[in-house]
Amino acid sequence: MTPDLASVLLYLVVLVVLAVPLGHFMARLYRGERTLLTPVLAPVETAIYSIAGIRAEESQSWRAYAFAVLAFNAAGFVFLYAMLRLQGFLPWNPAGLAPMAPDLAFNTAVSFVTNTNWQAYSGEVQLSYFSQMVGLTVQNFVSAATGMAVAVAVIRGFACRGEGRLGNFWTDLTRSVLYVLLPLATIGALILVGQGVVQTLSSHVTATTMEGTEQVIAQGPAASQIAIKQLGTNGGGFFGVNSAHPFENPTVLSNMLQGLYILLIPVAFCFTFGRMVGDRRQGIAIFAAMATMFVAGLAVVAWSEAAGNPMISQIAGTAGPNLEGKEMRFGATLSALWGTATTAASNGSVNAMHDSFMPLSGLVFLVNMMIGEVIFGGVGAGLYGMLLYVVLAVFLAGLMVGRTPEYLGKKIEAKEVSLAVLAFLSMPLGILVFAALSVAVPQALAAVQDAGPHGLSEVLYAYGSTTGNNGSAFAGFGAADPFHTTLQGIAMLLGRYAIIVPMLGIAGALAVKVPAAPTAGSFPTHGPLFVVLLIVTVVILGGLTFFPALALGPLAEQVSLAAGTRF
Amino acid sequence: MLAIFRPALAILALMTLLTGVAYPLAITGVAQVAMPVRANGSLIEQGGTVIGSVLIGQDFTSPGYFHPRPSAVGYDAASAGASNLGPTSAELLVTVEERAEAWRRETGESDVPLDAVTASASGLDPDISPENARVQAVRVAEARGAPRDEIVRIVEAATTGPWLGIFGPAHVNVLEANLAVDAAFPGGVE
Repeated sequence: MTPDLASVLLYLVVLVVLAVPLGHFMARLYRGERTLLTPVLAPVETAIYSIAGIRAEESQSWRAYAFAVLAFNAAGFVFLYAMLRLQGFLPWNPAGLAPMAPDLAFNTAVSFVTNTNWQAYSGEVQLSYFSQMVGLTVQNFVSAATGMAVAVAVIRGFACRGEGRLGNFWTDLTRSVLYVLLPLATIGALILVGQGVVQTLSSHVTATTMEGTEQVIAQGPAASQIAIKQLGTNGGGFFGVNSAHPFENPTVLSNMLQGLYILLIPVAFCFTFGRMVGDRRQGIAIFAAMATMFVAGLAVVAWSEAAGNPMISQIAGTAGPNLEGKEMRFGATLSALWGTATTAASNGSVNAMHDSFMPLSGLVFLVNMMIGEVIFGGVGAGLYGMLLYVVLAVFLAGLMVGRTPEYLGKKIEAKEVSLAVLAFLSMPLGILVFAALSVAVPQALAAVQDAGPHGLSEVLYAYGSTTGNNGSAFAGFGAADPFHTTLQGIAMLLGRYAIIVPMLGIAGALAVKVPAAPTAGSFPTHGPLFVVLLIVTVVILGGLTFFPALALGPLAEQVSLAAGTRF
Repeated sequence: MLAIFRPALAILALMTLLTGVAYPLAITGVAQVAMPVRANGSLIEQGGTVIGSVLIGQDFTSPGYFHPRPSAVGYDAASAGASNLGPTSAELLVTVEERAEAWRRETGESDVPLDAVTASASGLDPDISPENARVQAVRVAEARGAPRDEIVRIVEAATTGPWLGIFGPAHVNVLEANLAVDAAFPGGVE
């Protein structure tokens, strides 16, 4: 076994070993059972409910739950937008940075409220420490908690026995922050500081180098934001270059910890699902489908990065990995692992520049995002996104055998399937239609940096990333243009709420149904056959929608590369 | 309407206090007390002046020092960045050709280490590959009139990784290597 293969396998093993107990912990937490942290945190929780006037025991209908989600996110948006526009007048601005422009503030506020963390700005240049901490860090927590809450509500819709209620958004949100995100973020942040991630409120340091030139070194309270950016699949870096910056990700250990945090909660949610629906095998089946697609993508990326760029190897007279846009301490394999994890998980942080990855790697990243971020996906969002495909998969299976489709004993009928298709359509709308607009409008097209097929990949990536609520970028793309800040703001809203609301609708429709006992004719949804069916559904529905665009982008680029064509 | 927005605003305010103020300030407090050097950027001082951070790459051009990888931002640590050029970009490939040519002129070696002709992700990469450092050791030794073996030993001391024997490639910290060279054979800047 090569060291590279061993490192990847060890990472995956540690990930699952940590995610299984976390998943079980979360199942207990959301069922309102006693957990390890209850004695410490229950008083805080009660105090929060009493100040906010929340009746914790009240279970909401799907409409009330959805209204609460939207009201909370709207309030978060307005608050963050106002802060970004006013940062020049607010404290903790040692570098004296000016307020953000309206379109950029809109884009940034939407980006953090929707758990996308697309960054059309550069943190060290355009954001005060106040905006980073009181604005962005808060949304890193609560946008993640929103996704977790929605996933839990959707699970309850599948799991409940006809009561018709999905739980309480405010308690799901509060518990996600208090019991899961805050403790793990605190541990992570302190380990990261120990590795050299900066955490200070002082301003830039000016160094005089050994050769006598001046080097201004940006600093800031980075560690606290980075821990939660990974944990909550947010991905918005403290610095513009994200976790490639040596102050954000200084060592291989900090890299592996952040890499684990990217996938930890999304993987754990598979096991939470199994527990909450009362059949652990159901969670394992979903995990198996996600893990299979993850490993397949990772294999392509790791291979193509290790093989390197043949044109550069020819110039240098040296065969070896693709190191353009990569840090020496991570090399090709750990960059490939990160790139696959961050695009699968809807995280969007990077430790290497995706724009400079090989074409087939870019293809995998694009596919991970375009299919709707369901390979583990965003915290919560990945699970409810995959449940959307589950609804479609059992529907297809039902058509094939001519029976009413069922999942977990509940009939999947016209209403559920219509809502699932509606939610599914937000991806092609946000990616294909908006990308087509960007290519057609000259002002928008000017944002493209690279000529040739890679230029199209840049546009597809920008809209795939924003609609998929991922947030990573082919960063050569000039995302700061007002056309794109505005359109991508809309894409992010679409990719978030045009999926959340229909999914809650599906959960609401299922919540009133009483599950039937399985019969000899029921299609089991926990075996390998179902796993294969689910993967095929994702690949056919997601893949075929986007194949023509991918053929003109990364696939054409791969062919050009083999032919030695330069653009 | 108010019934929905009251909890929304109250929870937002409480979460802002908890996660936007208390959490980062508590982390800052613990970090500043328990790990002040690391929390403040792992800075290196010489005679009272900060000469840089061990984590942040800086540019070296004189022959008596090891040189870092190419940087898309000229090692501007106030605004990091990469080339972001795709693998078939003519601009990238022409730049790589120029760098390879310069390398061959400077070292007389025909095979160029790939990290010496490609720009890093941050533009602040503090490390180079061991192969890159070994070739540069010849130039550094010559410029300083130092035995090559001694310089190679300094490179080896500044080499770390793979972590746990498997994670990531071996790499050489340029600033550490140059500090060690200066300490052993003074007279680097011409």
